[in-house]
Amino acid sequence: MKKVKQIRVLKPFDLLSEELVFIILDLISPNPSDLKSFSLTCKSFYQLESKHRRSLKPLRSDYLPRILTRYRNTTDLDLTFCPRVTDYALSVVGCLSGPTLRSLDLSRSGSFSAAGLLRLALKCVNLVEIDLSNATEMRDADAAVVAEARSLERLKLGRCKMLTDMGIGCIAVGCKKLNTVSLKWCVGVGDLGVGLLAVKCKDIRTLDLSYLPITGKCLHDILKLQHLEELLLEGCFGVDDDSLKSLRHDCKSLKKLDASSCQNLTHRGLTSLLSGAGYLQRLDLSHCSSVISLDFASSLKKVSALQSIRLDGCSVTPDGLKAIGTLCNSLKEVSLSKCVSVTDEGLSSLVMKLKDLRKLDITCCRKLSRVSITQIANSCPLLVSLKMESCSLVSREAFWLIGQKCRLLEELDLTDNEIDDEGLKSISSCLSLSSLKLGICLNITDKGLSYIGMGCSNLRELDLYRSVGITDVGISTIAQGCIHLETINISYCQDITDKSLVSLSKCSLLQTFESRGCPNITSQGLAAIAVRCKRLAKVDLKKCPSINDAGLLALAHFSQNLKQINVSDTAVTEVGLLSLANIGCLQNIAVVNSSGLRPSGVAAALLGCGGLRKAKLHASLRSLLPLSLIHHLEARGCAFLWKDNTLQAELDPKYWKQQLEEMAP
Amino acid sequence: METEDDLCHNNWGSSSSKSREPGSSDGGNQTFAGFTSQQKWEDASILDYEMGVEPTLQVFDEMKASGQANVDFLQGVRAQAWDPRTMLSNLSFMEQKIHQLQDLVHLLVGRGGQLQGRQDELAAQQQQLITTDLTSIIIQLISTAGSLLPSVKHNMSTAPGPYTGQPGSALFPYAREANNVASQSQNNNNCGGQEFDLPKPVVVDERESHVVEEHEMKDEDDAEEGENLPPGSYEILQLEKEEILAPHTHFCTICGKGFKRDANLRMHMRGHGDEYKTAAALAKPNKESVPGSEPMLIKRYSCPFLGCKRNKEHKKFQPLKTILCVKNHYKRTHCDKSFTCSRCHTKKFSVIADLKTHEKHCGKNKWLCSCGTTFSRKDKLFGHIALFQGHTPAIPLEETKTSASTSAQRGSSEGGNTNQGMVGFNLGSASNANQETAQPGMTDGKISFEEPFSPMNFDTCNFGGFHEFPRLMFDDSESSFQMLIANACGFSPRNVGESVSDTSL
Repeated sequence: MKKVKQIRVLKPFDLLSEELVFIILDLISPNPSDLKSFSLTCKSFYQLESKHRRSLKPLRSDYLPRILTRYRNTTDLDLTFCPRVTDYALSVVGCLSGPTLRSLDLSRSGSFSAAGLLRLALKCVNLVEIDLSNATEMRDADAAVVAEARSLERLKLGRCKMLTDMGIGCIAVGCKKLNTVSLKWCVGVGDLGVGLLAVKCKDIRTLDLSYLPITGKCLHDILKLQHLEELLLEGCFGVDDDSLKSLRHDCKSLKKLDASSCQNLTHRGLTSLLSGAGYLQRLDLSHCSSVISLDFASSLKKVSALQSIRLDGCSVTPDGLKAIGTLCNSLKEVSLSKCVSVTDEGLSSLVMKLKDLRKLDITCCRKLSRVSITQIANSCPLLVSLKMESCSLVSREAFWLIGQKCRLLEELDLTDNEIDDEGLKSISSCLSLSSLKLGICLNITDKGLSYIGMGCSNLRELDLYRSVGITDVGISTIAQGCIHLETINISYCQDITDKSLVSLSKCSLLQTFESRGCPNITSQGLAAIAVRCKRLAKVDLKKCPSINDAGLLALAHFSQNLKQINVSDTAVTEVGLLSLANIGCLQNIAVVNSSGLRPSGVAAALLGCGGLRKAKLHASLRSLLPLSLIHHLEARGCAFLWKDNTLQAELDPKYWKQQLEEMAP
Repeated sequence: METEDDLCHNNWGSSSSKSREPGSSDGGNQTFAGFTSQQKWEDASILDYEMGVEPTLQVFDEMKASGQANVDFLQGVRAQAWDPRTMLSNLSFMEQKIHQLQDLVHLLVGRGGQLQGRQDELAAQQQQLITTDLTSIIIQLISTAGSLLPSVKHNMSTAPGPYTGQPGSALFPYAREANNVASQSQNNNNCGGQEFDLPKPVVVDERESHVVEEHEMKDEDDAEEGENLPPGSYEILQLEKEEILAPHTHFCTICGKGFKRDANLRMHMRGHGDEYKTAAALAKPNKESVPGSEPMLIKRYSCPFLGCKRNKEHKKFQPLKTILCVKNHYKRTHCDKSFTCSRCHTKKFSVIADLKTHEKHCGKNKWLCSCGTTFSRKDKLFGHIALFQGHTPAIPLEETKTSASTSAQRGSSEGGNTNQGMVGFNLGSASNANQETAQPGMTDGKISFEEPFSPMNFDTCNFGGFHEFPRLMFDDSESSFQMLIANACGFSPRNVGESVSDTSL
């Protein structure tokens, strides 16, 4: 008996197999702090956790040798938090992770060269995915090095502006297994490079060619790809009707086509582009130059299985919308954002046909009135997302219907609308609502918000920007009812005080807290949030004059996940700022017009925040900070933004909206 | 007669400028043999006289044929050097022509337009021209025409021939404007047009032919190697060096001012009197060879440089075809090459046109495949790569040099690459992989990532002041990590030694 007990004490988890521990780890892995405490429990747990973890997102590239030594099974390495990844660091990755590494993200990193990439490509023979976006200095020679990674399947080269057809040609020949390629903004790559890619890499499924100077010529080769599913041609001005005239293809695999901002593409070119794509599901024609008329809609004949269409910023006619509704009646998503010419007649005739509609975006369709909303509510009971910012002609009664009919709504954007408390009461019956935006809704009060708090317990995002009727009472009902709240914006709600913040601190999942221009909140309230909301990542306290160092000290102590903070126009001094250096993952700091900032303090704070990527400072500091320090910080990967605006007196909210409306056409 | 005909035909066929349609040679021969078309032309012209502008074009075609006949005829004369039979036929041809002319002159007299005097004069000149000895006429024609040469032109202006006295009518032919409807109508207004075609002022024609030649010769240049004109079948002209290198080619016959362009000369001529201000005078000389004219002897040119094959004293003298050929030949062969290509800075040229041609293509052959094939066009390279398996675009070495570490490393890792002539281009991936996996870093279970990454390479990479960075305040100073940094900075003697061997590979 004693013996048994002794064994138990020695190896208490012997009975627990590795597999079981891994399952447990899988379950707790969404919360990083849980994983941390697990691994700190005992040596064996530490080892198990090291063995279990597959993906890493280090905050500093300097730590790479240690963490990669610890986590030997790392397959996914995300270096987006490391602005400076040297060739040395890449070499470390290559040597330590070697064949196990499958995915590497260098999209936000710089300072590496072809030498490091070559080492990586040769060591990590199983590397399947690499993101080299924003490597604006990358040249063809470097691309030829990337081509050494023979097993590469997913490659992102967004904004590699120095690349030309030659570099892409090397990659096309070298990486035959590529199935996802993004060349967005690689403005040096033309028809030839893309064409060769299509000829050599037969497995391509997703191809992003946005903003490339390509013409229809290379599309002939691309649409011959057997497995092509997504083709993104956003802003390809060279793709015009003439070059597509002879295009005859039979690309049955194509599921998504993005031809937005293709200024030279009209319905003729589109017809030939869609001629063989009978199974197309998603089509993006945003900002196209031609009017979506009956003629234009007729080019959609071949793609009747379409599920999603985006026509943002297009001029549409009622006939065109009606024809779209008739031709593609299985549409689930329609976006008409910024289509100023949409009328009640057009939209009604469209949604009438779309019983299956799940998502509708009618942002800034200012001609729409209650008629449209009524039609939407009546004919689309399955609606999940409705974005209708600035549909200011819609009367308040219209919103009553939305709550009654569209019970499945999860996302609702009512920014700048006439909705009132009654409307909110109706909407509160959408039980699965997770995102609600009520910015600049001047008619809502605490009463309406209390309905939401009581009804929508799944709310994750609430936007009350400039909804000035809201006070602490409303916020407290929300905080009580919506415990899953992750994002809240109470900017310019001037009646909000610390009480709201204290009540919001109950929402322990809070990640984003914006309270710009709230004169009544103090460091005490902020401290309450800091203490209880451990996941806090973004804080905006601009123009909160009562916030001082005490608040920042609390943040520095408790919010170790803070990434972004704005303390412009507050009473913060360099003491508070310096304390922020304690937060390891802090990336963005904005401190403009905070009186009492001394250059030396700012310099110390900036130096202290090792992972800083963006610093927004007052322009006067530019000359006061030592130039060498600025250079040093820039070399470390921090970008500076020098602001020179003085604090403006806050306008009366009603007057503010009036001004806004005067500006609008 | 039969042989004559053939001979003439051959001569003409081989030497005439290419702007003339081959079809017209038949017409010319026909005329020469039987004068039938001549008759036709006569009829047509008279017919046309009453008609509008449209049919005149046809007439001009006919007349062109007759002009060819003239050329044929003259060449035949020169080639055969006073063969009486030819002479006889020529004379009879002339005779017939004279008769026709006489008819025409009668017609003119009968018509009596406002410019009657000038008409008569022209007709008389033409008559005079034909009735004088053929050789002297030709010589006179050529000399008065002034051909292309400024010196001859000056002679022409100083020694007034029968035509220079009447520059308004002689220098600027009306018939030349045949295709120009505007000038045609003006001609009709002035004098009833058609008559002017017959007494063709030869002077201007030669000038015009010069213009034509200048246009077409730009491409041909020295390419007439195989011309094989029998010696003596052409007139040899030799310009002086100064003339060849003179910048101007068009000279005012009155004041001698030189111009680069004929259009500028014509504009200049306006200052010499109202007769140059007519639309016809200012209009661009028609490129089409003028009908009913050009009893012109073939001219060939000799290079003034003694000992040159293009110099007429040379045993195997090869004449130059045009004045432009002379210029280009002289500059290319006997002058300094003063124009340097701004792209490659190595190629030099003495003719600016050559430089421009070169610059158009300089560096174009830069599209390189890994197999060593070069292409002047990128699409050709990509077509090549698309066609063959394993071929890959090769990045030019200059670009690779910019990232020096790349080429250095690649060079070291590809020592056994068999592909010659392709320094710094990665091909043999298989051998690479073997080499890399065979490296000690990964084999012995221990983690020694410092090893393969030698500090030497580290230095060659662009690390831009990494070492100046202070240690960040968050850094844990664990011993292993410190050691790592030390290694990376090249403090470890072992690594230094390795790096040497690495780079020397």
